[in-house]
Amino acid sequence: MRLSRKWLNEFVDCGSVSDKAFAEAMTLSGSKVETVEDHGAAFKNVVVGRILSMERHPNSDHMWVLDMDVGEDVPIQICTGAWNIHEGDLVPVAKHNSLLPGGHKITKGKLRGVLSNGMLCSLTELGLDTRDFPYGVVKPAAILGDYHVIPGEKPSIPEDIQPGHRIYGKIVAARVLSCQTVGYGSYALTIDTGKGEAETTTDCQNIHAGDMICYHTGEGTVLTPADIHAQQREFPNCIEDGIFVLNEDCKPGDDIPAVLGLDDHMVEFEITPNRPDCLGVIGLAREAAVTFGKELKLHTPEVKGCGDTIVDYADVDILDPDLCPRYCGRLVRNVKIGPSPKWMRERLRASGVRPINNIVDITNYVMIEYGQPMHSFDFACVEGHHINVRRAYPGEDMTTLDGKARKLKDTMLVIADEKKPICIAGVMGGENSEITDQTTSVFFESANFNGVSIRKTATALGMRTEASGRYEKGLDPMNTLPAVERACELVELLGCGEVLDGVIDVVAQDFTPTSLKLEPDKVNALLGTDIPEEEMRKTLLDLGFTLDGDTIYVPSWRGDVSHYSDIAEEVARFYGYNNLPTTLMHGETTRGGLNRSQKASNYVGQICRGLGYSEILTYSFISPSYYNKIRMAEDDPRRKSITILNPLGEDTSIMRTTAIPSLLETLARNYSHRNPSARLYELARIYLPQEGQELANERKMLCLGGYGGNLDFFSFKGAVETVLESLGIENARFTAEKNDPTFHPGRCTTLTVNGKLVGVLGQVHPLVNENYGVEPPMFAAQLDFALLLEAQKREITYLPLPKFPAVERDIAVVCDTDVPVASLTDSISRGGKGLVKEVKLFDIYTGKPIPEGKKSVAFSLRLRAEDHTLTDTEADADIQSVLAQLEQDCGAVLR
Amino acid sequence: MKEELAKIREEALEAIRNTDVDSALDAVRVKYLGKKGELTALLKQTGKLPAEERPVVGQLANEVRTTLTEAIAVQKKALADSAMELRLAAETVDVTIPGERTDLGHIHPLTKVVDEITEVFTGMGFEVADGPEIELAAYNFTRLNTDEGHPGREWTDTFYITEGHDDPKNDAVLLRSQTSPMQIRVMEQKQPPIRMIAPGRVFRKDEADATHSPMFHQIEGMVVDKGITMADLKGTLNEVVKALYGPDAVTRFRPHHFPFTEPSCEVDMQCFECRGKGCSVCKGEGWIELLGAGMIHPKVLEGCGIDTDVYSGWAFGMGVERLAMRRYGIKDLRLVYENDVRFLKQF
Repeated sequence: MRLSRKWLNEFVDCGSVSDKAFAEAMTLSGSKVETVEDHGAAFKNVVVGRILSMERHPNSDHMWVLDMDVGEDVPIQICTGAWNIHEGDLVPVAKHNSLLPGGHKITKGKLRGVLSNGMLCSLTELGLDTRDFPYGVVKPAAILGDYHVIPGEKPSIPEDIQPGHRIYGKIVAARVLSCQTVGYGSYALTIDTGKGEAETTTDCQNIHAGDMICYHTGEGTVLTPADIHAQQREFPNCIEDGIFVLNEDCKPGDDIPAVLGLDDHMVEFEITPNRPDCLGVIGLAREAAVTFGKELKLHTPEVKGCGDTIVDYADVDILDPDLCPRYCGRLVRNVKIGPSPKWMRERLRASGVRPINNIVDITNYVMIEYGQPMHSFDFACVEGHHINVRRAYPGEDMTTLDGKARKLKDTMLVIADEKKPICIAGVMGGENSEITDQTTSVFFESANFNGVSIRKTATALGMRTEASGRYEKGLDPMNTLPAVERACELVELLGCGEVLDGVIDVVAQDFTPTSLKLEPDKVNALLGTDIPEEEMRKTLLDLGFTLDGDTIYVPSWRGDVSHYSDIAEEVARFYGYNNLPTTLMHGETTRGGLNRSQKASNYVGQICRGLGYSEILTYSFISPSYYNKIRMAEDDPRRKSITILNPLGEDTSIMRTTAIPSLLETLARNYSHRNPSARLYELARIYLPQEGQELANERKMLCLGGYGGNLDFFSFKGAVETVLESLGIENARFTAEKNDPTFHPGRCTTLTVNGKLVGVLGQVHPLVNENYGVEPPMFAAQLDFALLLEAQKREITYLPLPKFPAVERDIAVVCDTDVPVASLTDSISRGGKGLVKEVKLFDIYTGKPIPEGKKSVAFSLRLRAEDHTLTDTEADADIQSVLAQLEQDCGAVLR
Repeated sequence: MKEELAKIREEALEAIRNTDVDSALDAVRVKYLGKKGELTALLKQTGKLPAEERPVVGQLANEVRTTLTEAIAVQKKALADSAMELRLAAETVDVTIPGERTDLGHIHPLTKVVDEITEVFTGMGFEVADGPEIELAAYNFTRLNTDEGHPGREWTDTFYITEGHDDPKNDAVLLRSQTSPMQIRVMEQKQPPIRMIAPGRVFRKDEADATHSPMFHQIEGMVVDKGITMADLKGTLNEVVKALYGPDAVTRFRPHHFPFTEPSCEVDMQCFECRGKGCSVCKGEGWIELLGAGMIHPKVLEGCGIDTDVYSGWAFGMGVERLAMRRYGIKDLRLVYENDVRFLKQF
């Protein structure tokens, strides 16, 4: 909501408060100020100037050199290329070192060798257009000296044209002998028509003595380029633009922002959705009045009427009362469409609304002032003069004011006449009943609509308007009548029509004011204060609540108040949130802190980072195509993902059932960003659908992955093993996994702990690498974090340090190449008679002299007895037993 | 004999001085002091001296022995010192050559911020709660006093999984749009006193750009106990802000609106850059918005079976991304989810 401080001052006198103080105080009482803008600050050194004299520029055929009175001791000289000015005119002058809207700086300079101490301004240069100042429209005459032949065409006007030369028909060339300003934009000319002198008047503003013009000898008028069917480029300087010649009560030297009403200060508020009453000047004035402790000066609109009554001319029926609780209307006839007065245009423009015409401006003015959207219909277009408020019929359509054809649905509320919809209720009017320059009777609508319905309609049609944005928050049904009254009061004030007596006011729903009990103790208990009851009562009264004993009646515009906690907020807002005490909670202390899983998450993160893996966070939603990218089998149950009904796009349309694609995407992105290596981890949530349940089984997966920088299968697996060790997981088993299509069939392993499958890790399949466009091998692991925690060894029992020395023995055995090392180590552990304490792989060798299809695997064993120093004989016996076991289990023989 | 002793003394001292290695020194020692050494040999001859000369020569010989022994010790030390010096000089390295480092991984900036905040709250007796991200409309909206018709429920704002069947406003399934459903979930599971925070992911239908992301993070917090007041809310949150931003941090509380708290507020911190004067960091306001909070709406408490005549509570919610972006000067939110290692390395 943009609030004009000038407008606000009409209702509450806080003009003396600085912008900063105003913004601060309003923010702290609940109306958050986003920005404050001093419109006048866009101008500097721009003043009113009077043209004392003007002469043609010595070095230019289209420029003028002016002597200007700008309210200083001596006149200043300014050059201009504009033609629509005359001696005596008052014009905006941007002096040397001045500033114009848009940050344009003007300094003095030479124009074709002649000094110019500034610039005269057009509307555009002042940040305005002709809708702001309709009288600023320039009407040019066709000046024959400006005639330019269109290349390739035969000139239709000779270069040496003389007065009396016929152009065509009764149109001849005439020389202006003198040009006198006789009123604003009105000139008396003496001309030489070739057949003697003639007198005429014109409202073309670009004529000066010496000019050759087109003159209609029959009608005695001066013609414009359009009148003689010329194109603009034939008269490039005879244009509908020029200096903004002022028709204001002002004198040379006056500051232009003040003269034009551009000196307002605008405050932009962020209004929370519960306070639609603050989307109007009056609503904010009420807040400001209580904030600054000033009186709220409200005005009751008064309409004189014209004697005739509306009931004889118009009828309104609400056919769908659930969507339209109230509908007020008034009728105006003998309407004279024209521009609205300057003060109204000023306020609209300051509030960010472009002035259009008096009737439309009035509806906008009332909307901003009262917060109540209004609509005006050209009543001549309302068939049967009967308004029906109803849902659209199936298949109905309508063209809205923005010129777009809209297909209506039967859920949408429309304002219709007897035959057709003429307005989408609360959203936008129809072209078929638009106010035009020809409109003579106007029906003003001020209605209350169901907010949700308006929002849905506006959303469905993709057209959120000023009106719908207000309606959707739920407006005050009691505001419709004052608003329509105010509109009609303005009609009479502006003299733009005759208001018929009487208001059509159809009330389709009852309104009973909300009432609740004033409970000062409860309010104080909630706030932690002891604000006196009297103070609470005063705040409520000032805000427009009524009190009857302990009963509070909530004003109709405060639909957000229905509970003692709401009352507490009202009281606290004006007591000042920052004046509330600050206390630390007492009461029972709670232990707080992290639980086991949370601690483990943090710890695992630290370990991963210690191993060189950085944390990533990836989207929970992915594209279904990601499953193809990781070559997931067509019948893999994980393809059955939870699907978003209204995703932003395909890429974020399903909830992932595996975090591997997110990880690989991230690796691939890093690769494409030319990072030579990456090591990443994430504690990523996956979302598994659960049969017969609405919610998902959400599981945290510990994912690690990487590429580049000497990362290979064993260094990657080593990182995973270190993580397992850090968590105290002892019984991890790795088993070759050849059937996971995401992974290299020869470099993939599942991880089981205590017989439970916990996850998978390995080198990513080269085809998957290809899918991601990554050249170096990628590695990935995904482990179920909850299962890891289940497998965690939680009790630690200390084992005494060995008292007796150990014996080291190295053995190398030869076995088939496909025997896994894990089987050999298992076998070694089984074979020893309790003396083998450690088995360490130290070499695997294939090639001569080992036969084809065989490999030599070397282990270093550490044997020890707990109660005595081991003898060689004992150690040898154990090794023999180990070797026997190896041969038996794995067919491995000592090399 | 005396002359001979003096001669040996001089010769030996000279020899000792001239040694440059341990072995040479050893040889000198053997030559003069050894069993067959010159001094020893001379001493053996003292027996032949007249009885009255014997003690004098004996004493002199001992003095020479002592002198030589000391000289050898001194030289030995000197040799050891210089040998050490040489060794150390030889072993000297350029210590400015970078060490062999293990590349450390880095924490994600969002986790870093969440951890920091979590630490402050757990220190104040708060627990950390976790809950479903795929949530029922009842928890995300209805039970948070956000009834049908609230714009947040629209398909344009919230991601839906199902439209619901018997009772769509409650049994529709969606991606939670806020961490606030955790208030309900915790109150369902626990009796007061409750002090909890719930950091987590939330989802809203915003296209990703420099300041928006369809997935982002919030931290919810809640206290329910006997006699909890808005003054407690202020006191606690002030402490938290000071813990996060230092003891000089200045806060302000201003009225706001949330459906599930009443009274509601937003908490601003005075801009650390300009101390409230207004600058580019705070967009000229002098204040930076930190979080939203309020007294838990009695309707919400009652909906969880909590007796509002006995208990009251306050709650807050804050956006993690904005906090992290401001803290680390990250200008584009997309970087946070891009996970480029060059970005991650900085945290």
